[in-house]
Amino acid sequence: MASHEIFEKNSIVLAIAIVLVVSIAGLVEIIPLYFIGSTIEKVDGMRPYTPLELAGRDVYVREGCYLCHSQMIRPFRDEVERYGHYSLATESMYDHPFQWGSKRTGPDLARVGNKYSDKWHQDHMNDPRSIVPESVMPGYEFLGKTTIDADRYNKHLRALSITGVPYSKGMIDNAGADLKAQAGDPDSDAAEALQARYKSFGSKPLNVRDFDGDPKTVSELDALIAYMQMLGTLVDFKTYNAKANLR
Amino acid sequence: MNRGGITTIGGIFTALVLITGILLTGYAGMNAIDAVFGFHMYLMAAAAILGLLALFVGRPYRGDLGKYNYGVVKAFVIATIFWGVAGFIVGDYIAWELAFPFLNWDLPWTNFGRLRPLHTSAVIFAFGGNILLGSSFYVVQRTNHTRLAGNVAPWFVFWGYNLFIALAGTGYLLGVTQGREYAEPEWYVDIWLTLVWVVYLLVFMGTLMKRRVSHIYVANWFYLAFIITIAVLHLVNNMAVPVSAFGLKSYSLQAGVQDAMTQWWYGHNAVGFFLTAAFLAMMYYFVPKRAERPVYSYRLSIIHFWSLIFLYMWAGPHHLHYTALPDWTQSLGMTFSIILWMPSWGGMINGLMTLSGAWDKLRTDPVLRMLVVSIAFYGMSTFEGPMMAIKAVNALSHYTDWTVGHVHSGAMGWVGMVSFGVIYCLVPWLWGKERLYSMSLVSWHFWLSTVGILLYITSMWVSGILQGLMWRAYDSYGFLEYSFVETVEAMHPFYVIRALGGLFFVIGSLIMVYNVIMTVRVAPREESYSNAVLAPAE
Repeated sequence: MASHEIFEKNSIVLAIAIVLVVSIAGLVEIIPLYFIGSTIEKVDGMRPYTPLELAGRDVYVREGCYLCHSQMIRPFRDEVERYGHYSLATESMYDHPFQWGSKRTGPDLARVGNKYSDKWHQDHMNDPRSIVPESVMPGYEFLGKTTIDADRYNKHLRALSITGVPYSKGMIDNAGADLKAQAGDPDSDAAEALQARYKSFGSKPLNVRDFDGDPKTVSELDALIAYMQMLGTLVDFKTYNAKANLR
Repeated sequence: MNRGGITTIGGIFTALVLITGILLTGYAGMNAIDAVFGFHMYLMAAAAILGLLALFVGRPYRGDLGKYNYGVVKAFVIATIFWGVAGFIVGDYIAWELAFPFLNWDLPWTNFGRLRPLHTSAVIFAFGGNILLGSSFYVVQRTNHTRLAGNVAPWFVFWGYNLFIALAGTGYLLGVTQGREYAEPEWYVDIWLTLVWVVYLLVFMGTLMKRRVSHIYVANWFYLAFIITIAVLHLVNNMAVPVSAFGLKSYSLQAGVQDAMTQWWYGHNAVGFFLTAAFLAMMYYFVPKRAERPVYSYRLSIIHFWSLIFLYMWAGPHHLHYTALPDWTQSLGMTFSIILWMPSWGGMINGLMTLSGAWDKLRTDPVLRMLVVSIAFYGMSTFEGPMMAIKAVNALSHYTDWTVGHVHSGAMGWVGMVSFGVIYCLVPWLWGKERLYSMSLVSWHFWLSTVGILLYITSMWVSGILQGLMWRAYDSYGFLEYSFVETVEAMHPFYVIRALGGLFFVIGSLIMVYNVIMTVRVAPREESYSNAVLAPAE
């Protein structure tokens, strides 16, 4: 075909044509997601992660949990009955990165929060087959033995605020203290200060307690359980208007 | 004649880059806030020091000042085989972990979550990447009748790319990941890959520009589309804010639904351009060469090239069917995924029909048989893919092993087999051998791989569909029939069969290693082999 000669005889023209041809789809599919207002549903109760929950999420990402567990309930009868209300886009609006996953070797975790006790999670993480004999999950005993460097978490919150997560200055400056407070005595002054700071998002009170059964230190297991116990619990589905949020 | 790399302009430039690198990584290493970050910075500094030494002391293209730069292609072939075997073994190991979970040993660096990215990156980026870069450097020279642009730059690409793999791989074991499938390396590794990739593009384009033929051969279109598009995907998908300039951790710039769309726009086109377009480039050179027949249809190659690269980019949302991604995006993704079937089969037809008049060679040449069966697997996966992209089918297949089986029919059947065929072509050609050491060992490799792949994908079809059906099964009282863990238990026999299939595949690849080593060591030299600089062509 003679008309195709221009691409076959000019490497620069060929390269430019390739750039143009491969760019269109991404522009059409990604950019509008920022501008179409209905993309992210309007709900009550969504808030960013607290420092302890964020630290737990970092562990979740680091250990590759998303490779076997999804966090995305599809709107099917069986999934809604098994896991709870189908997931909304708004529920992962502060997820950097998203962890929807693509494989369910284990069950979906989008609404695992408050489903099992802390003790269940402790035993299950330390030795999954002691709780669920047929499970193929690896054991994560080392998480309970690894302490978290709380003082660096102000840097983590600051990085997230650059990406657009609405952390206040107080939240960033007090991240280390908040992290420790959430894994400690719920009646302490520090815990009260933490609750007060995060109340501004209009969400439910935070879970504040020793999550890993060892009150002496804040371990990665504290953080991971704190994260799992709040997963999918923020949005108030009693006030959620599905019709108004049709997309 | 130049003795050391440093005496060329490219060498001086590389030396400056390396010195800057040593200073930057050394400084970052001294200020590191994570031990692993410090280790990686010092590893990069050490690599840069070695590179600098090689520039001054060694002769990076020693004995390789012939008409074509074969030295760097040889290095890529060796790296391909090394990483391939490593990646297959890790893959089979984690397959056994899923069948027998005690094999996780409950240690951080042996658990499935960390080994799985090691496996996927080792086979896609290390095995696949090395054969793609290596074969592109071979094909671009041969089809354009010219030596590779630059003498130091191609070696920088080789060592730089393999350093990227070493950083990514050690990182996974030590818990360094962005948590994005197939884009796990952290921000500083991404920056390094960007630098290497730009040099790769420059070498490839530079070689095209000094070609001694008027038309650019079709294989090079595919390679160029691969290089350019991977650059675009890599840059957009890895945008992130590091927590500290001296630490590992970063947070992705995008979040939630937009992040998911971007990630699967990337993820699907890592398949489309890394594992498809570039391997089609290999097909377009090596199949006609091996079959000694011209490409079936020039017109078809034009149509399927442009339509393939245009359509592939739209297909990402089929990874997100029925999720919180808006329906309009899902529908777009589904539609384009189905249309994509056509250009995919255009490529398959062009490859298979190239054998017109040469089908008898399949009986006598196991290397050609490998290449042809790889195209057949390509055809099968590119039919299965659009089918699974239909929302009603995806509702069943998503989140199950069916997807894993689909990926492996493409990865082992298409990418693996075509790479093995190309390795068996390239080794005698590069090392100047009359033939391979043993054709019957190639046959053994072919049959072990084929049986292994079939065990793998059939067991995953059964387990995937079974699990999907069990999840949605209701009993006569209207309750869910199975608890989740009952579906996990039901997977066990299929996980064992799958792991056995993987073992067949690993054994086949070990036979290839032996055959390649013996070819290089004892196969007879080809009488007419010459890579000397001849008198200028008339």
